[in-house]
Amino acid sequence: MADNAGRMVTPTGFWSRLITFFYKVPSIVGSATIRGINAVGGMTIFMAAGLWHIFTNIRIFPRTLQQLYIIGYQSLFVILLIGIFCGMVLGLQGYYTLVQFGSVGLLGSAVSLSLIRELGPVLTAIMLTGRAGSAMAAEIGVMRISDQIDALDVMDINSISYLVSPRILASLISFPLLTAIFDAIGIFGGYLTGVLMLDMSEGIYFYKIAHAVTMNDVSGGFIKALVFGLLVSTVCCNQGYYAHLRRDSVGPEAVGNATTSAVVISCVLILAADYVITSFWL
Amino acid sequence: MHAWDIEFKNLTVGYGSFIVLRNVTATLPAGKISVILGGSGCGKSTILRHIVGLQKPMAGEILIGGENIMTISPHQFRRLRRRMGVLFQDGALLGALTLAQNVTLPLSQHLNLSKELLHEAALRVLGMVGLDEFADYFPNQLSGGMRKRAGLARAIIAEPGILLCDEPTSGLDPITAARMDDLLLTLHGQYPEMTLVVVSHDLASLQRIADYVLVLGEGRTIFSGTIAELNASREPYLLQFLRREPGKEDFVFKTPPNPKILNALEKWFDS
Repeated sequence: MADNAGRMVTPTGFWSRLITFFYKVPSIVGSATIRGINAVGGMTIFMAAGLWHIFTNIRIFPRTLQQLYIIGYQSLFVILLIGIFCGMVLGLQGYYTLVQFGSVGLLGSAVSLSLIRELGPVLTAIMLTGRAGSAMAAEIGVMRISDQIDALDVMDINSISYLVSPRILASLISFPLLTAIFDAIGIFGGYLTGVLMLDMSEGIYFYKIAHAVTMNDVSGGFIKALVFGLLVSTVCCNQGYYAHLRRDSVGPEAVGNATTSAVVISCVLILAADYVITSFWL
Repeated sequence: MHAWDIEFKNLTVGYGSFIVLRNVTATLPAGKISVILGGSGCGKSTILRHIVGLQKPMAGEILIGGENIMTISPHQFRRLRRRMGVLFQDGALLGALTLAQNVTLPLSQHLNLSKELLHEAALRVLGMVGLDEFADYFPNQLSGGMRKRAGLARAIIAEPGILLCDEPTSGLDPITAARMDDLLLTLHGQYPEMTLVVVSHDLASLQRIADYVLVLGEGRTIFSGTIAELNASREPYLLQFLRREPGKEDFVFKTPPNPKILNALEKWFDS
């Protein structure tokens, strides 16, 4: 808006401010969209670079073993714990639901299919995001703000190859293995409640599992675990790696926010990817 | 033998659209100890980050050994950077590695050397900086001065032609700072062809080690020349800086303290 002398005048009053707001809406939406596309593009390039160095740099393997210990072995106990309780709850809930229809015999199939197709991969990935993914984001973030990543670059050591590729490779190995352990211990949890506590026939429980679960279910679960491993490791490493570029904070606060974002984005992506894979797989 | 001089031609550097330094033109001579001097936030470390390629200049050129780092290919620049060693402000040692693993990182990642050779190289450079007994320690188990010395050991392990040190004496007590100066001088004695660039605002350190001085301030080059020329200079900013004069700024409270805050404090003290 211009006055009589041609100078720009800021509109005042409620209606003027409302009109200005509506004028700004397209620019706010547009810039947010561009930022979103940039973020997705940046993340994809980051993932591609991380995967590329797995195949081109043999020196990542000792560090991959170290990451396997951190992501895989150190998460084993919590996966066992969550797995057994998850299976026990499924056994309990399934039993009292199926008993109403006189179909208690299907408990084994219900527990195993729920675990192998959905709960195993998803809960394992979410637990690993909280347990190992947050640590990845925080560790890399601290390295970024304390010049350690710059130091790697000036030593001509590719920081993505050094820091990100071993974590991606270790996640790609750990996630399916831990998912398998989660499934197995979950089925055992269902056995504990269904067979040992509620007196269901042991033979029927295991016979129904063997009868219901197909190779398609097992491979579907593993494919989900692989995809989740790739997504979680990429997102968590990416958030830490670019912690210094955050718009909302700097320094240690940026590392904290990067860790929070890493966990939130990873969890959302796990559930979204789960839906996409399930819809293609079924 | 390569002469690793560093030349800035009309160099303008900054962050985003904010200009930190404008039109810096100077040559840091090969085989000498050059000190980049200036107040806090004047762009000393920023210029160092530009030399190693961590940031791109807004305008101007940086020539290292006669090669313009802005126009050479990324591969050529990586080859050039292999001849540089950098000591970051706090050492920037990797927290998950021991000192021996940290200092041999450039060798272990680029060369196929046995563990025995790497360990020997680690002990050699750690011995040079007086830390050979701490080879198996982690960075968080060391003091700030020790971390800086370990960072220096890592910077020199690949026999660099250029050694860049970002505030090697900041945050150190006077004795430790003097030891760091001695270390740099000894290092320069052992590698006389090495170009040593030290970013600092430590005047005592400047007088001890500098052959050549580049003074930055007020967003420009204030002075460039030898240490003798610096000491003879009558430039007002330099005199103020070298004499540690605080300037004419009046440090007074612009307003009296708010009585509400004083009363609240009084109650808190009594509680």
